[in-house]
Amino acid sequence: MITVTIETQIFFAAALFVIGLIGLLIRRNIVFMLMSVEVMLNSAGMVFIIAGSHWAQPDGQVMFIFVLAIAAAEVSVGLALILQMYHHFKTLDADALNKLKDTENESKNLN
Amino acid sequence: MNTIFYIAAFVAILSTSIAISGKNAIHSLLFLILSLLSISIVFYILGAPLLAALEVIIYAGAIMVLFIFVIMMLNVGLEKEMEKKWMRPRMWILPSILASILLANFLVMLGKMKSGEAAGTVILPKQVGISLFTTYLLGVEIAAILLLAGIVGAYHLGSQKKKVIHRFMQKEEIQTQSVRKEL
Repeated sequence: MITVTIETQIFFAAALFVIGLIGLLIRRNIVFMLMSVEVMLNSAGMVFIIAGSHWAQPDGQVMFIFVLAIAAAEVSVGLALILQMYHHFKTLDADALNKLKDTENESKNLN
Repeated sequence: MNTIFYIAAFVAILSTSIAISGKNAIHSLLFLILSLLSISIVFYILGAPLLAALEVIIYAGAIMVLFIFVIMMLNVGLEKEMEKKWMRPRMWILPSILASILLANFLVMLGKMKSGEAAGTVILPKQVGISLFTTYLLGVEIAAILLLAGIVGAYHLGSQKKKVIHRFMQKEEIQTQSVRKEL
């Protein structure tokens, strides 16, 4: 029987979430950004599991199954978008996608 | 069980931090898989054996393999001297240490399971299934629609463009072809 307090468990999930958030903020490689989003989704789902085990109800696990389905759909579309981006721009840098930006030196990074 | 939780949490946090700060995408993915495996151990300790299995099968098995396929299709960051680098112990000593910590953790936990120590509030897959297909049936259908949309979207976005026969577009066509040859 585990006797770790629920605060510690939620702190663990929050730490993972913060790591994913930091990765999303500091990385410009779009593959790493997608990986960070996966980490964040996973840690958010972990809070459901923690709550479900705290109340001894299966609802938390059901929610995590939904999170899994969302993550699968999100990652398939996201990876297809990354492939399209690489075909069009020949780079994985997220800052290269600035065509909507209204600047003087636009399309400098594109070609 | 508490030490097992703390060790798994430590491995998860450490390997996730290494994963998001790495330079090589494949190495980062392997660290991320390690992190998912340790999170799966945490789920098992928390009394969710079904989700521990699903975490390994779907996350570490399916989603990460998708990532690896895409990174290998993009073919970025590969050098000729890569194999020499891989042979150096600096590259694989840290992942091996983390993975063996996790394996030891797992074996200890298996031994404790036999003695029936961890018979807490384990929520069995049967309860989860009953709840999933009665209370949350609408959610299952919505998730099915979402997955269908995901399939259609990924197919549409991932399909190659048709060849455009147009004299103003020819330059771009030639450019992409030459780049493909380089790749």
